[in-house]
Amino acid sequence: MKKKISKIPFKNIPDKEEKLTETISKHKNTPGALMLILQEAQDIYGYLPEEVQKRIARELNIDLEEVYGVSTFYSQFSLVPKGEYNISVCMGTACYVKGASKILDKLTDKLGIGPEECTEDGKFSLTACRCIGACGLAPVMTINGEVYGRLKPSDIDVILEKYK
Amino acid sequence: MKMVNLKIDGVKVSVPENTTILQASIVAGIHIPTLCFLKDVNQIGACRICVVEVKGLKSLVASCVYPVSEGMEVYTNTQFIRDSRKITLELILSTHDKKCLSCIRNGNCELQKLCSDFGIDDENRFKGEKIRFIKDESAIHLVRDNNKCVLCRRCVAACKKQNVGVINVNERGFDTKVGCAFEKDLSDRSCVSCGQCIASCPTGALSEKDSCDEVMKAIYNENKYVIVNTAPSIRATLGECFGMPIGTNVKGKMVAALRRIGFDKVFDTDFGADLTIMEEAYEFLDRFQNNGKLPMITSCSPGWVKYCEYNYPDLIPNLSTCKSPQQMTGAIIKTWYAQKFNISVKDIVVVSVMPCTAKKFEITRENQAASGFPDTDISITTRELARLIKCANIDFELLQDEEFDSILGDSTGAGVIFGVTGGVMEAALRTLEEALEGKPIDRVDYTEVRGNKGVKEAVYNISGKNISVAVVNGLENVPEILDEIRSGESKYSFIEVMCCPGGCINGGGQPIHNSYTRQINDIIGKRMKAIYSEDKNLPLRKAHENQAIKMIYDEFLDNPGSEKAHEVLHTNYTKRNKF
Repeated sequence: MKKKISKIPFKNIPDKEEKLTETISKHKNTPGALMLILQEAQDIYGYLPEEVQKRIARELNIDLEEVYGVSTFYSQFSLVPKGEYNISVCMGTACYVKGASKILDKLTDKLGIGPEECTEDGKFSLTACRCIGACGLAPVMTINGEVYGRLKPSDIDVILEKYK
Repeated sequence: MKMVNLKIDGVKVSVPENTTILQASIVAGIHIPTLCFLKDVNQIGACRICVVEVKGLKSLVASCVYPVSEGMEVYTNTQFIRDSRKITLELILSTHDKKCLSCIRNGNCELQKLCSDFGIDDENRFKGEKIRFIKDESAIHLVRDNNKCVLCRRCVAACKKQNVGVINVNERGFDTKVGCAFEKDLSDRSCVSCGQCIASCPTGALSEKDSCDEVMKAIYNENKYVIVNTAPSIRATLGECFGMPIGTNVKGKMVAALRRIGFDKVFDTDFGADLTIMEEAYEFLDRFQNNGKLPMITSCSPGWVKYCEYNYPDLIPNLSTCKSPQQMTGAIIKTWYAQKFNISVKDIVVVSVMPCTAKKFEITRENQAASGFPDTDISITTRELARLIKCANIDFELLQDEEFDSILGDSTGAGVIFGVTGGVMEAALRTLEEALEGKPIDRVDYTEVRGNKGVKEAVYNISGKNISVAVVNGLENVPEILDEIRSGESKYSFIEVMCCPGGCINGGGQPIHNSYTRQINDIIGKRMKAIYSEDKNLPLRKAHENQAIKMIYDEFLDNPGSEKAHEVLHTNYTKRNKF
């Protein structure tokens, strides 16, 4: 699926920046450093914004396009930040059959964002994920790890209220 | 060297080990078709057009990357292979826009040729979803139309080879596309406009921004005085667009064609090259004798200059402040020439024919308008000139030779060799040596700086002083020389850099040849030969012997490096941010 690119301005936090510095200097001279650094950078920032990719390119002395090519090739990388609350809707077979796409549609409708996007206030992000192994509860979603099962679209309003 | 014996389609060949099947097939006189392969640029076995059968192997192998081995038996033309190639082509076509008739590469497209060769009888055999791409027309010199892209990655490899690397293959699977990071326009990235990507594209996905209509509009406007000048290397390549052998010098026919098209004056950028040498040689002398910034680096290759501004801005003081021959020619036309012949500057349109797409960028640079109007108004490539000629009902091959118009059509061998790597250095040395010695010198040839090596170096003892020079052939070789300057270890006084490998004769605006032609011909070598043989046959071969130049210094510029010369012929550079 085509990678979405976040339009939300990048907010740098000195803490995270320092961690990235550590990561880069740790792996800089290992062969295949780019993959390792991108993975750890995503752990630090939750995604791989342009500013972070530029910094990695500069410090590894490689082209930005090389970094970007890798970051858009692998599905594990995201160019969109995770919200304060990340909502993951399971699109595995069981959930799908039980109407997961209706749950996703309702969330999209409520939040004004599609899958792999983040609301402008940074509060919510939405992910369409693979099977999370809770098929008995299908259709299921998680919000920052908290599981909500046997969902109906009408449940969504009430659940979201809790996080506002 | 260990030799390996194998049979290709029954033909016995013996080739060095580690040769690919594709290379060995050339020795056997067999032409295996390719699409993503481009000699010295891209060798990745991605497109599956060059597949062959190897006896004993279950599946087809990509001959461009598969090495030969002892006793190997290769088949290149079985039913299985043909079917496979045909299906590959049909699948490529399923996402291609197939608008051949309006394509800039119609008649010179590798995909089109393969479809013809393999008897594609239904270009819509596989129908399915298609991505509609918006053309990237942001850059001043090129257009990217991904609707025609076959994802061969030749442009990506060419850009990387130039040490520029502003395009890559992004996304994956069906969404795969070539472009810049974060969906940026090319104009927002540190592209140097060299056009090597265009020259490597097998289809019409990349092309120069065409200015033919703009040129004809000026010519058809009776109030405009349209003056054309052609770069040194155009005469050595233009004939290729009309089926003439690579390396044919078509100077006379080119001039005749330009007159037929309707230009009011046909001048030679070689004149501007001679003038550049006057200014550049004396600029060097001044720096050399008065403890100026050394090494001095040449500035006539706009791709190189832009690269320097992006990647080595700290070395901008090392760049010669001389404008390029294109801009010097334009500047003199719009100042001295306009005054002398009483032509209103605002009515003059200067058109330059260049081997180069970066020249389209150069004419828009700051401080390139000696008369108050841009030194050059329109810059077209060799390919665009060929289009103008074809459109003007001219049978190029039948044209009788004609001469350039006088004064600004006068040039010497020094100007001609600007078209090849090492040429600017050699031309400068011819003038430098006489200036330093203060007397005529017999030596004309400085062969140490000739040839197609990546870096050439030499030391010349002139008037008791050692002058150490280097010639950098293509951006690929820039870091090794420039990093030395940065670290203070450079031993050179004078460095020539040309952006494109081989120099202007292989510029991004030159005629495009298909992968096979590039594989079996030394294109750069043949074009180089045409340039050096013209130089050899000219009566005058040193820039300072050019009569027009003497006249212009007498009447207008005083001396090389004078205040007036600086006002008209010199410029400045700016640091550019890479991201």
